[in-house]
Amino acid sequence: MEFLIGNFAELTITGLVLGSVYALVALGYTLVYGVLQLINFAHSEVFMWGTYAVVWVLTLLGASGTSSLAGAAGYLAIALVAAVLMSGGVALIVERFAYRRLVRQNAPKYIILISAIGASFVLSEIMGLRDKIAGFLGLQGVLGDYVNNPRNTSTLPVEIKPEPVLQIGNYMVRDTELLIIISALIMMFVLDQFIRRTSFGRQIRAVAQDPEAASLMGANSTNVVRLTFLIGGVMAGVAATLYMIKVGATGFNVGFVLGVKAFTAAVLGGIGNLRGALLGGLILGIAENYASGILGSEWRDVTAFVLLVLVLLVRPSGLLGESLGRARA
Amino acid sequence: MNNIISGLRARLAPVADRVGTALEPVGRVLGMKSVKYPLRTVGVLLIYALPILHLPLINTENSDFSGVLFTVGTYVLVALGLNIVIGYAGLLDLGYVGFYAVGAYTVGVVTSEHGQWPFFLALPLALVVTMASGVLLGAPTLRVRGDYLAIVTMGFGEIIRIVARNTDWLGGAGGINSIPSPPDIGPEEGLFQIPHLSWQYGYPTIDDRVTKVLHFGVLDATPYFWMILTTIILVICADMLIKNSRVGRAWEATREDEDVAELMGVPTFKFKLLAFAMGACIGGLAGAMYATRVGFINPPSFPLMLSLLFVAAVVIGGAGNRWGAILGAVIVAYLPERFREFADWRLLVFGIALIVIVSFRTQGLFPGRQKKRVAQAEKEVQKLEEGAEIV
Amino acid sequence: MRAIKASQLLVVGVASALVLSACAAPADTTEGGSGSTESFSIAYQGPLTGADAKYGEYAKAGIEIALADYAAAYPDGPTVTAIYSDSQGDPAQAPALAADLINNADVLGVVGPAFSGETEATEPAYSEAGLVTVSPSATRVSLSEQGWSTFFRVVANDGAQAPAAAKLLTDVVGAKTVFVIDDASAYGVGLGDGIKDALGDKVIGSDSVEKGSTTDFSATVTKVTASGAEAVYYAGYATDAGLIQKQLTAAGFEGTYASGDGSLESTFIETAGEASEGAYLTAAAGAAGDDFVAKWDALTVSDKGSIGVYSTEAYDAAWVILSGIGEGNTTREDVLAWVAGYDAEGITKHIKFADNGEIDGAGGVYYYLVKDGDFEAPVAID
Repeated sequence: MEFLIGNFAELTITGLVLGSVYALVALGYTLVYGVLQLINFAHSEVFMWGTYAVVWVLTLLGASGTSSLAGAAGYLAIALVAAVLMSGGVALIVERFAYRRLVRQNAPKYIILISAIGASFVLSEIMGLRDKIAGFLGLQGVLGDYVNNPRNTSTLPVEIKPEPVLQIGNYMVRDTELLIIISALIMMFVLDQFIRRTSFGRQIRAVAQDPEAASLMGANSTNVVRLTFLIGGVMAGVAATLYMIKVGATGFNVGFVLGVKAFTAAVLGGIGNLRGALLGGLILGIAENYASGILGSEWRDVTAFVLLVLVLLVRPSGLLGESLGRARA
Repeated sequence: MNNIISGLRARLAPVADRVGTALEPVGRVLGMKSVKYPLRTVGVLLIYALPILHLPLINTENSDFSGVLFTVGTYVLVALGLNIVIGYAGLLDLGYVGFYAVGAYTVGVVTSEHGQWPFFLALPLALVVTMASGVLLGAPTLRVRGDYLAIVTMGFGEIIRIVARNTDWLGGAGGINSIPSPPDIGPEEGLFQIPHLSWQYGYPTIDDRVTKVLHFGVLDATPYFWMILTTIILVICADMLIKNSRVGRAWEATREDEDVAELMGVPTFKFKLLAFAMGACIGGLAGAMYATRVGFINPPSFPLMLSLLFVAAVVIGGAGNRWGAILGAVIVAYLPERFREFADWRLLVFGIALIVIVSFRTQGLFPGRQKKRVAQAEKEVQKLEEGAEIV
Repeated sequence: MRAIKASQLLVVGVASALVLSACAAPADTTEGGSGSTESFSIAYQGPLTGADAKYGEYAKAGIEIALADYAAAYPDGPTVTAIYSDSQGDPAQAPALAADLINNADVLGVVGPAFSGETEATEPAYSEAGLVTVSPSATRVSLSEQGWSTFFRVVANDGAQAPAAAKLLTDVVGAKTVFVIDDASAYGVGLGDGIKDALGDKVIGSDSVEKGSTTDFSATVTKVTASGAEAVYYAGYATDAGLIQKQLTAAGFEGTYASGDGSLESTFIETAGEASEGAYLTAAAGAAGDDFVAKWDALTVSDKGSIGVYSTEAYDAAWVILSGIGEGNTTREDVLAWVAGYDAEGITKHIKFADNGEIDGAGGVYYYLVKDGDFEAPVAID
């Protein structure tokens, strides 16, 4: 407890940073849930593919050595585009192959969940087998380092050195941390506005509220679903870039664990609710840090889930409730 | 005197009737008064004989066949239990591995870590403890509905694993080792010995390997397979009894529409809790058998991934249909062992297979009868609605 | 309509994959030796797929070189092939695999089991069957205390590494305060607790972060910096070790960072980046020498694995068994007796087993300093 009070600012800010990444990934879960009432288990792998896009693009551009955040801004901007394209693309592929047919046939929810779990295995295994797949296609020589040691950790070729920029309490906030929190807030704001103000957003809300009525009113529900997956993928791409700036390393299996947490965050805030995803992510990030401080890091995951259960007992549909469809324009 | 007797008879008759009705499914399983009787007996005997016969094509090449069959058996048992939770009561449980772990840890604690109980004494305790843990976990979580339940149960599965890891009394991160095998029944050479077959060019020959009946050693998994197969058959009988009882119907009503069921006077929470506890109990049974066979348990043996595999088994087989769930378990546990030569590609192929299977059989391979009815009704409604749209 | 076509493609794909698998010869057998008509096998039991697959790959590299060396050293000896048995390091899968190896009369010895957990689950069977196992990497202390007659390991156990690591921190590094972090795995907790015991009240704090459950260690980092420790020891594996050091350095930690043999691979340096400079890694083994690397490069086997942690130990373990076969021990009983009486120089250490299967005399524990993005030559801790 003493430790928590003495390092309150540091634990809170690093918790917010982690929570921001959770929140951005949680958006993918929440959007798909809002529209289809389905848990998109494969979303974590969409994120994972984004992290690899960042690594590959920076390797391709020949980035190396160490750099400050500002110094690498150009590289990172390109990496961001690549990650967004990659994650968005993978999300669309997931929608196409794991969802569309089943959603059309009105299959039971847990059948679609199994399909999504299958897609999650496939996506992570393709990444973990990329050397063999490249060998199979005769591309191993061309792709070389991009596919070698696929089961091992892949690191960002350029190392980003965080610089302290801002004093809060007794903690010097670093530029990378500031970037992550602010980017997450901006993305949330943009997305919120998009859903509230644009006609696409209106269609998404309409389908979320009542798919049949929406289709009668001229919304193409297939397109809306596709768009939902795409937006989720884009957010995961942004999250992947921020994650790589912070962590600098990824692996074929990083998605699963982060996905479970992000999904927990989405449920905590109220699944289907965009602002809930943000709130849930941030709260979860901070709570994990506080719990690690007080109880020891070995209890952090337990804390996360206990928090979830407690919240759901008091507020059965999460902190802010389910409301993608009900968001006011 | 006569009066008393006839009075007694009158009172006992309905009871006897009821017992008779209750036992009817058992009779049906055994196929009594039915031509299917000999066929079923042969079928069951064949399954018992599988680890001895080493039939070509189904035999696993690179790992011991009876060991694989035992693993398949644990999955089947788990699937039967989870089928009650998901299939009958409609509760999506993503943390079922937790109960499997509780069963295994109960056996580990009382037979090795903190006691020397014989396995057959530890087994009932494991059942009681898992059932209690099912009630304990179910009581708060089952008030949560639908998809929220999935994530909450997933959380509980993880909590059980992490608590075991962080608790030294439960062996901590190192786990519990030297869990004894079940005690032999009869002499150490077994009651009698059965030789194994081996196949060359399509002809069977008698191998010098023998299985000692009811001797639970570390080398031969066959007696363990027979133990778990017998348990599976008992569980299936119990499952039939329950499914066709008032309880089974209450579950079905709850699953299809909780609010309506509640209005019709079904105490849905109580029945959901019952499903949870019974499912937990069977999962714990499987975990207990796993612990005594492998002799070693540690927290990483009970990962979240295993819960997903269990759910996959039940759902691709056909939630709500016990035979479907069994088939699903066989697919999930057996195929990866049978196709070991896929090596690295196994999980990828498994993922593709999951997608393909469910996209062609959107109710699972063998959907439950009620499920079929519901799906049919929904289709009709949809057809009507589509028709209206065209007009 | 298009939906159906794509799904049909998938079905065709799966079906053809099944056919392919049926045609494929049993994979993963490699020939070594050629002179005699007799043929035997040694087996490897460990993870070749799944999350820990790389450790199996590393072991494979060592075993393949040992097979090539065997063929060169005993041209007239029996042909020996290697069977790679993929347990994924999972105690649940391992027993059936072990039973299969036991039932295969050609198998004279097993390199492995790779992990401590699968050793617990399979060694009773090996022991009862009298099939000798020499593990390159199972380091849990209790493994040698269970009376298994067939259990041997060419690696020092966690109990041997911990006091040496503690000594490194106090004597070489000169730290007065140490923060110990473990990865909540059986390996990490065992090693971490051993170090805590050896350091006594020099330990001013500890934490436990689960392997693979997160990549964000900020709470742990805060604990370390708040404690003011002069050194940090991380008991766990390479990726997390690298990430923790990187995050520590980013948070302004300027003390010494040390970790154990689980982190002794290039992944650690790659993950930690520049922060890894000056880090110490302890291990109960010398490095893979240039000779070893040259042999590995010269191997013509297509799927020979790659060199990493415990590759050299796998070589030694395989060589202990192979040399026995080469010297004419062709029954399990003889090979077991050969291994129990083995007394010769290996490439990682002098190999001679105590009665409980541990390396006699525990061998030395070394430290590796990270300098200029690479490990320096190992230095013995004494």
